[in-house]
Amino acid sequence: MPRLLALLPLLFAASVAAKEAAPAAADPALEKRVMALAEELRCLVCQNQTLADSNAPLAEDLRNQLREKMRQGKSDAEVVDFLVERYGDFVLYRPPLKATTVLLWFGPFLLLALGFAVLLRRVRRRRQAADTEISDADKKRAAELLAGREPR
Amino acid sequence: MTRFAIPIAVFVALVALLGVGLKLDPREVPSPLIGKPAPHFELPQLHETSKTFTERDMLGKVWVLNVWASWCVSCREEHPVLLDLAASGAVPVYGLNYKDKREDGLAWLKGMGDPYELSIYDFDGRVGIDYGVYGVPETYVIDKAGVIRYKRIGPLTPQIVKEKVLPLVRELERA
Amino acid sequence: MIPELGQVALALALCLALAQGLLGLLGAARGEAVWMAATRSAARGQFVFVAIAFACLTASFVSNDFTVAYVATNSNSALPLHYRVAGVWGGHEGSMLLWVLMLSVWTFGVTLFSRHLPQEMVARVLGVMGLVSVGFLLFILFTSNPFVRLFPAPPDGRDLNPLLQDPGMVMHPPMLYMGYVGFSIAFAFAVAALLSGRLDAAWARWSRPWTTAAWCFLTVGIALGSGWAYYELGWGGWWFWDPVENASFMPWLIGTGLIHSLAVTEKRGAFRSWTVLLAILAFALSLLGTFLVRSGVLTSVHAFATDPTRGIFILALLVIVIGGSLLLYVWRAPKIGLGGDFEPLSRETLLLANNVIFSAAAGSVLLGTLYPLALDATGLGKLSVGPPYFEIVFTVLMTPALVLMGIGPLARWKKASLPDLASRLRWALAAAVIAALALPFAMGRWGALVALGLLLAAWVAASGFVQLYEKVRNAAGGASAWARLQSVPRATYGMLLAHFGVAVFVVGVTLVKGYESEKDVRMEPGDTVELGGYTFRFDGVRDVQGPNYVAGRAQIAVTRNGSLVTTLYPEKRIYRVQNQPMTEAAIDTGFTRDLYVSLGDAVSDTAWLVRVHHKPFIDWIWGGCLLMALGGALAASDRRYRLAARRPQEQYAAAAAR
Repeated sequence: MPRLLALLPLLFAASVAAKEAAPAAADPALEKRVMALAEELRCLVCQNQTLADSNAPLAEDLRNQLREKMRQGKSDAEVVDFLVERYGDFVLYRPPLKATTVLLWFGPFLLLALGFAVLLRRVRRRRQAADTEISDADKKRAAELLAGREPR
Repeated sequence: MTRFAIPIAVFVALVALLGVGLKLDPREVPSPLIGKPAPHFELPQLHETSKTFTERDMLGKVWVLNVWASWCVSCREEHPVLLDLAASGAVPVYGLNYKDKREDGLAWLKGMGDPYELSIYDFDGRVGIDYGVYGVPETYVIDKAGVIRYKRIGPLTPQIVKEKVLPLVRELERA
Repeated sequence: MIPELGQVALALALCLALAQGLLGLLGAARGEAVWMAATRSAARGQFVFVAIAFACLTASFVSNDFTVAYVATNSNSALPLHYRVAGVWGGHEGSMLLWVLMLSVWTFGVTLFSRHLPQEMVARVLGVMGLVSVGFLLFILFTSNPFVRLFPAPPDGRDLNPLLQDPGMVMHPPMLYMGYVGFSIAFAFAVAALLSGRLDAAWARWSRPWTTAAWCFLTVGIALGSGWAYYELGWGGWWFWDPVENASFMPWLIGTGLIHSLAVTEKRGAFRSWTVLLAILAFALSLLGTFLVRSGVLTSVHAFATDPTRGIFILALLVIVIGGSLLLYVWRAPKIGLGGDFEPLSRETLLLANNVIFSAAAGSVLLGTLYPLALDATGLGKLSVGPPYFEIVFTVLMTPALVLMGIGPLARWKKASLPDLASRLRWALAAAVIAALALPFAMGRWGALVALGLLLAAWVAASGFVQLYEKVRNAAGGASAWARLQSVPRATYGMLLAHFGVAVFVVGVTLVKGYESEKDVRMEPGDTVELGGYTFRFDGVRDVQGPNYVAGRAQIAVTRNGSLVTTLYPEKRIYRVQNQPMTEAAIDTGFTRDLYVSLGDAVSDTAWLVRVHHKPFIDWIWGGCLLMALGGALAASDRRYRLAARRPQEQYAAAAAR
């Protein structure tokens, strides 16, 4: 009998169990920050996934490190530095701006600017070229045609 | 006139790049720790759990740190090479048992042979992370000042030991 | 027997392709009518034998012939029939055979639909395509033979990668390859034009429908790949700027520039050297894509079993085909001439600006994709270039393109007037600004990036309506609006629809990125979670058996305001043969939102981790792509391509004789 009584609270708990699900993470606000940063980091094992999405054990460990450091009050930049010190720039999906990546970051806009510059120059030059394209013999023919005479 | 030659010029450069690329390994992550002091750790030893080991114990000596685990298949490949290296006495070899169960690690060494002066036990992999470990096995050569001089990602081969590790060790010993 | 038959068929196809190439190019160079006529037959013969080879491989798959090594690595007797067929292109060797099949199908199409083209041009086009075929057939026969036998035969196969056991995955490679390979026709036309020295508006008119058709297929192929990644991979994303995704996107970008450039070359005879170059580059990027995926030079989710030997072969093929055509370009392009004249502000200039933007975009994607390799090769370090980079660069580059998309179609050829354009577009601009300011509030909150995206999309859509209105108002059909609507050429509707598709796409991307939300929760049976106004109730997990997998299937009831919207069944599967776990997300698709639920791991006997997503307007992304492809199909089937118009040919020929 006492055993059955002991089970009662469990039955109660089960019947009122339908509740708002608890967040998977212990601290949802922190988790959001962790995942936002992890989305920009590369998993070193499953190298075509972000640190946020990878199920590799090392990814789990690194996410834990992220959580720990952020809980300790470190900023995003400090956490990133921590990882880059150990794994290099490879771990960043957003390439840092340094001497070796200037071409990468500015290249596209340089390409576009260059393309437009060439376009403008050619379009302007084209107008001048068109004026001198007709040869003198053709000019004579044109004059004669316009005057209503048969061209020779 | 010359503008028509721009596409082929760019193409030639591209092909040259791709040709070189065929020889490279895009998956390898070179270590930024080369030339930097070996990160500090203090871990229990695998065999004698009451004792600890730190990299400071090795100051003044040239040594090799090998990261291994009983669950790692490639570690089996390189194990004979490590045994040979240890037996040669050229350089002391220390092991870092990475994210393993103690019993499994001990059993593995018993069965395969133990090339290590001692192994430290990195249960949660934190020290591994500090050393930039991302795939076992990995091997480091550390000089007398405690600076990491070389990292091998993947199993050691006799060729690498002969061509990279031993010459480096000799050079560091002379310093 | 059958695999050997397939192999012989491939060898015969190679001989015929070689014949096709030589007869076509030499025949045209020497004016030998008999040779040129024979090219068509050789092309058709090549198609027949490639089809036979493909049929043999399919038969081996269907009959579970595990003595064929390729079948043993990509199939299994428990695999359902339709996936056994899809397995034919599930691995490297088979997908190369699919590529060659597509090439021979397009070639066959050219033999059928080119009656109205000059024989010399057709011979050259077929000749070039024949040589490309030769390259790929040699590649298959020497490095990637799908018919290699395996002795002793294993008792059963290693099964098709579970990720590929899916309808979207089945259709994605064929559509994609139809696109890639279709650009070889534009390429062949370009090389033919360079060889013959004849590059006029007629040439543009002939190659336009083929190029547009290839572009349509590529659009569908890319959209399928993205959609598949979304519902299959379980992370809720749809584009990762992965090297292989980029490899398919670059030819698409250049292809888009190409179809616009061809429009100008056809209508005004201008941009000739640009158009030829774009045609060469589009196919070059298709080949580059093939190289990147199969050589191991870049890591990718997508990479086939990589092998440097294969990489060297494809690189050699690239050098010969593209290097050869670019050399031809250096030699012959200067003689092509300038073409029609136009003012600084004109539709020509705006389309030229479009060319510049799309080329810069393709160049930027190439830069980002290959930069890690370049740094590694020069010893300057190792870095990664991922979505954060591409998203910034691409959005900035595409913004001017979207602005131009509203103005270009309204600008006059040769000379446009700015005040005139401004007055015609002022209501469209007003509508766009209002949309940008007001619509975000309807979604919940205002954001600058969302506003920008909506501004551009609304601008494109509104100016599209202005174009349609003007076309109908000015059309010749007569008094009734219906008659006037019908008299507008199909190509115009195609353009309007495709541009509208772009606007729809931009809306989808903007709203999803701006307003998507997710919750990661731990659920016991009976637990609920709320997201986006919907309530998700977890009703436990059951074990189920699939044909070649076992799974835990969760039941999730979704309600809104108390009434049931749908029940979702996300699964966690384990495919028996490869012992590979896979998450199968459950999605409720809707016009204005997707509800996306994926099942995580069990954290206790009854509790599971569940992730729910609310993704507003995400289907507008693929809807937009579909509209783009439909627009392209409409444009490609315009009657002026289908009629053998002779008079315009003579006119253009006279103009080209300058």
